[in-house]
Amino acid sequence: MLDFPRWKVLAIWLTIAVGILLAIPSLLPKSAADHYPRFLPHSRISLGLDLAGGSQLLEEADLADAAKHRLTAMEENVRTELRRDPRIDTGDISLSGGQVSFMVRNPAQLDAAVERMRTLTAPVGLSGVRSWDVQAFDGNRVVMSPTPQGTAELLKNAMTDARDVVRRRIDPSGTREITVVNQGAQRILVQVPGVDNPEALKKLIGQTARLEFKLVDLNADPAQVAQGRAPPGSQILPMVDGGFIAVQRRVMVSGDQLIDAKQAFDQQSGRPSVSITFNAAGAKRFGRATQENTGKPFAIILDDKVLSAPNINEPILGGQAQISGNFTVESANALAVSLKSGQLPVKLNVVEERTVSPDLGADSIRKGAIASIVSVVAVIIFMLVTYGRFGVYATIALIVNAFLILGIMALFNATLTLPGIAGFILTIGAAVDANVLINERIREELRRGRRILDAIETGYHEARRAIFDANLTHVISATLMIYFGSGPVRGFAVVLLIGVVTSFFTAVFFTRMLVAQWARRTRPRELHI
Amino acid sequence: MKLLKLVPDNTNIDFMRWRNVAVVVSTLLTIGAIAITLWRGLNFGIDFVGGQVVRAEFAQPVHIDDLRARVERLGDGEASIQSLGGEKTYQIRLPKPAGPEAAANQVVSQLRQMIVTQYPGAKVNAGDSVSGKVSEELAANGAMAIALAMLGIAVYIWWRFEWQFGVGALLTLAHDVAMTVGFFSITRLQVDLNVVAAILTIIGYSLNDTVVIYDRVRENLRKYRKMSILPLLNLSLNETLARTVVTSMTVLIALAILMAIGPQVVFGLAIAIFLGVFIGTYSSIYISAPVLVWLGVKPDSFLKSNDGEKVVPRDDGAVV
Repeated sequence: MLDFPRWKVLAIWLTIAVGILLAIPSLLPKSAADHYPRFLPHSRISLGLDLAGGSQLLEEADLADAAKHRLTAMEENVRTELRRDPRIDTGDISLSGGQVSFMVRNPAQLDAAVERMRTLTAPVGLSGVRSWDVQAFDGNRVVMSPTPQGTAELLKNAMTDARDVVRRRIDPSGTREITVVNQGAQRILVQVPGVDNPEALKKLIGQTARLEFKLVDLNADPAQVAQGRAPPGSQILPMVDGGFIAVQRRVMVSGDQLIDAKQAFDQQSGRPSVSITFNAAGAKRFGRATQENTGKPFAIILDDKVLSAPNINEPILGGQAQISGNFTVESANALAVSLKSGQLPVKLNVVEERTVSPDLGADSIRKGAIASIVSVVAVIIFMLVTYGRFGVYATIALIVNAFLILGIMALFNATLTLPGIAGFILTIGAAVDANVLINERIREELRRGRRILDAIETGYHEARRAIFDANLTHVISATLMIYFGSGPVRGFAVVLLIGVVTSFFTAVFFTRMLVAQWARRTRPRELHI
Repeated sequence: MKLLKLVPDNTNIDFMRWRNVAVVVSTLLTIGAIAITLWRGLNFGIDFVGGQVVRAEFAQPVHIDDLRARVERLGDGEASIQSLGGEKTYQIRLPKPAGPEAAANQVVSQLRQMIVTQYPGAKVNAGDSVSGKVSEELAANGAMAIALAMLGIAVYIWWRFEWQFGVGALLTLAHDVAMTVGFFSITRLQVDLNVVAAILTIIGYSLNDTVVIYDRVRENLRKYRKMSILPLLNLSLNETLARTVVTSMTVLIALAILMAIGPQVVFGLAIAIFLGVFIGTYSSIYISAPVLVWLGVKPDSFLKSNDGEKVVPRDDGAVV
């Protein structure tokens, strides 16, 4: 009964050795960990933002805004398509109810109109569904409505692109340990360690950075503009400095043809500005547009607000342009970063924000570590006075258990959070429980008059079932917490789950091996437990 | 060496003698806890109702009324201001603004700005903002996690033991959750995501206790086929009493230390689990055991499985 095959002994010690080796890098200070031999495992447990300090933002796509822009973009396409030869005459294009619709003046052209509208839609995946439904009604009306599949596909692509844009904006150099991940269908989680004032971060992400150049509509009647009524083909936009201006709907050049943007100073006024460089196609369009409209004003529009509307003094042919506006060096810089990183395909709103300063994080981790150590010591003392020699084994198991938890966490690159520390302390309780169950069972078997070795064996054997069932309930609740919980709940559950598994191992196998080795060596005649 | 024995050998407490009294008391307490929760509600943190919390540390002592006046001048709604020890560290909480989802985090920006400009040397140590939509999801997920955990555990017990044990476990859990929630309602302690973790831990701990007792009941049912159920339950409870006491003691020691010197943020979690240990221990004795009597568990409950050789729990119970 005290037989412990050699392979089992080796396997147990090997597991423990690996666990300790895995745990060491996380326990060393950062500077020492860097010199840790490369052939040994060197992944570390990362600290959650609540311990390390930093900011976390949960950004959510503004679906209403996205739908609106999709609709106006389609309106623009429809308009262009209808004008092409042979031209199809229609009434006004209406954008109500999330649909684009128009009347065809000559009913004979209805089929042609539907056919041409179909070319503006795109297939979605392999399903045969297209991004828009095109339908004819009453012999002269064409209605285009977005399909749910098309909307979902668009959102999916937009969110992937948005994630990359956000990453480029926060970290142009790509060197900091930031996390930018998609969460669910319409959210992006951003975590930046070390930043304890997220205002700049929010500004950087919050800008869609849709840059457009449009000609100012000089025919617009100022009185009508003030009332918000634009002439056909024009729209009214707010100016950043206040007031409104009428601009042509047609886009001269847009920001997606940019290849570079940086902060500069205006050569005449010396004020901060942003200098941009177009790609070849953009440069050509910009050159032609400025040539045709020299002397007229054009509007520089960012996210549907007019930054400024300077006159075109001369054709701009080199593909280099300057955005003037009421900038400071900082805001010009921020705009340059936003422009360079690309426009967000969808507007993002902050729906959750959490910030912890590094000071507070350090304070928490110090208190958490002290509490962990003190409670481990207290529990050890309690076990020693309660179970004597078997308390010593339980204690060794407890310490090994702590290393194993840290080791496994490091192995999976898990993140330790504040609730995780609470989970750690609770696991110490669970680990002790397994040992208590065994030791109490041994006491009981001794009272029943069994011989010592027999009592130990029966104790371990009988207690194992209760330990297994009891721990499995913990596994069930921890798994559910990981699956359904978020943030702190998950951090807590991860540690709990790992701890329950390691405590089962240390209590049932490891201490049993220690006890068996001792008993075989000494053949004890009496047992203090 | 004389070892500490918290529970003397061969205790013989007639636990089941008070089971009818205990049932009346437990039922009344459970109904009371639910009633109080319905009547007074819970002090939900911003995790579950949305809103903003900012934690600030000032260079000089600041009077709470002065701070309140300045916060209220921002016009973001009624602030609740709490001192975190002394007159230098405060936590300021604001309700979620009426505007769109996106407006929520701007309040934190404003508050941050005000503190730094109006109190020289002040530092904002932490700022959280949760929008209404996200908080609704967090609350729904939290409730879902608790409900599913209870269900999953009950099914497991049913599978490993007998259906009566599954029902007993579920009733025990319902009791524990109701009591804990009632405790939070009475004390007005803030209920945030950490507390969900705490409730799940209490469920786990209480189950731990219940399972250890059930395990012993099952063993004794097989061992003493002639014994009637009440003495058998008493025997099982007495046999596991020492373990119950020692384990509770270690967990309580660890939690007491966490409450006394651990980080402030986990205080709510620690106190909930501390209380849960008492509730859980009580319920595994006075709810999970008597249920077995009423549901008619008899010494032959595990007999047929022995004949059929199909539902026999493996005798070590372990999967290695």
